[in-house]
Amino acid sequence: MVRFSFSRLMLYLGMIFIYAPMVVLVVYSFNASRLVTVWGGWSTRWYSSLLHNKQLMTAVFRSLEIATYTALAATALGTLAALVLTRFTRFRGRTLFGGMVTAPLVMPEVITGLSLLLLFVAMAQLIGWPLERGVTTIWIAHTTFSTAYVAIIVSSRLREIDQSIEEAAMDLGARPWKIFFLITVPMIAPALVAGAMMAFALSLDDLVIASFVSGPGASTLPMEIFSAVRLGVKPDINAVASLILLAVSLVTLLLWFILRRQEKKRRF
Amino acid sequence: MKIFNRLHVSLPTGRHAVIAIPFLWLLLFFLLPFVLVLKISFAELQIAIPPYTALLEWSGEQLRIVLNIGNYILLGEDSIYLLAYLGSLKIALISTLLCLLIGYPMAYAIANSSPSTRLMWLLLMMMPTWTALLIRAYAWMGILGNTGLLNQFLLWLGVIKQPLKILNTNAAVYIGVVYTYLPFMVLPLYANLIKHDNSLIEAAQDLGARRFTSFWRITFPLSKGGIIAGCMLVFIPVVGEFVIPELLGGPETLMIGKVLWQEFFNNRDWPVASALAVVMLLILLVPILLFNRIQAKELEK
Repeated sequence: MVRFSFSRLMLYLGMIFIYAPMVVLVVYSFNASRLVTVWGGWSTRWYSSLLHNKQLMTAVFRSLEIATYTALAATALGTLAALVLTRFTRFRGRTLFGGMVTAPLVMPEVITGLSLLLLFVAMAQLIGWPLERGVTTIWIAHTTFSTAYVAIIVSSRLREIDQSIEEAAMDLGARPWKIFFLITVPMIAPALVAGAMMAFALSLDDLVIASFVSGPGASTLPMEIFSAVRLGVKPDINAVASLILLAVSLVTLLLWFILRRQEKKRRF
Repeated sequence: MKIFNRLHVSLPTGRHAVIAIPFLWLLLFFLLPFVLVLKISFAELQIAIPPYTALLEWSGEQLRIVLNIGNYILLGEDSIYLLAYLGSLKIALISTLLCLLIGYPMAYAIANSSPSTRLMWLLLMMMPTWTALLIRAYAWMGILGNTGLLNQFLLWLGVIKQPLKILNTNAAVYIGVVYTYLPFMVLPLYANLIKHDNSLIEAAQDLGARRFTSFWRITFPLSKGGIIAGCMLVFIPVVGEFVIPELLGGPETLMIGKVLWQEFFNNRDWPVASALAVVMLLILLVPILLFNRIQAKELEK
């Protein structure tokens, strides 16, 4: 039964509001004209010119590298944090710990970026590390704020799963780490994948924090895009942005297929 | 027997390690940096590497602590900082309300849609959050500009004679902020609304309540947690927002995130940037604590 309602109308309008600018961006990335607002016919020249843009391609690979490390580290740390939040309810400093896990979700990026930079500078003075800021410092910064997202995703899954299986294994004498890797991890695997993907996307998207903690000559893809578009719309940036949108849409579509299949299985 | 003993000892240490690793990481890379920001906000600008003076000095036998509150006095004296804080708060407040007004019906519609389409709506809502904020703000630059698509369209319709100046004004900032932060309002609201017990609404309707009345008296009050969580997820980051005012805003757009960025990157004045960050944190302390409390409650459910 489909009946007209105000909320449905708002949903449709809201979705148009969200997706129309993205569609416009993709359409204009195929614009042959250098003047970005004048339509000059269809062309793929901006896409082919991307491949010759060495600086941009270096930044792409640097960003992908950082995002991969971030996804791995944030998933490990975030899972530990989620275990602490859901399974260890009593220990000293738990409130502080809970606060430190959730606060990065809302902390303005300029504050996080500035504070981490000051930490790296102070550390370099005190212990002589890190001498150069770049991939490693950006990775640490991204891991720190992505951990919060992973922890939230994984802890909601940890609360859903049936703990009696873990308890049975414990009664049968399995060691905690064995229970964790053989029983808990397979059960929370979807949340781990979702968390890792989230961390990967967050790292790939970040401009502000990376700008603070990066050193000279180590710019990431968002930093390159930002310095290009500060002064206006650029046709080759339209192409990069469209490729990113394409990648994200493909992942979303894949996710939709997987989740829909799971849901159908659950219903039968 | 030996193995048994070792196991006994290793069990509590294993538990400790699980707590200690994320705890120490967050202490070192999340909490300690704030202490440093506070410290450097009391330092003075100096042309050196790093560009600020030390607070602790050994002079002869004595340890001298030099606290310089000049940065904070500057924040009070130069009205640009005060205006930037107020501007940020105003933009954050209005856009949070706009997000709530637009986002609530959307979340309500998703929660009330059939299970088969619900997943699709949710993914459509989440997909923009996986795309860089930079790109989503950039998409509007081409639309709102003087020769942009919106102006061309309005001129073609004949609604306007002259192109409207929207890009590089506060109006563009509002559009950009609502656009990028809408999913962060909708998703927590949806998570709350989907848990509601439908029998309450049915009971109210059996007793003769109209649809709006049962919504306003039952659904809306029950969704308070989701409303607060969504509002905090929008309000707090928007106060410190930099990318949107930089790309879509103009000279009239005074926001503290942008001012902090300029102090740091253009003026290279780290102490003043730190003082700005400290004051921003103080302003946001209550909302952040509120958000943490709601999140902690959510985690205990």
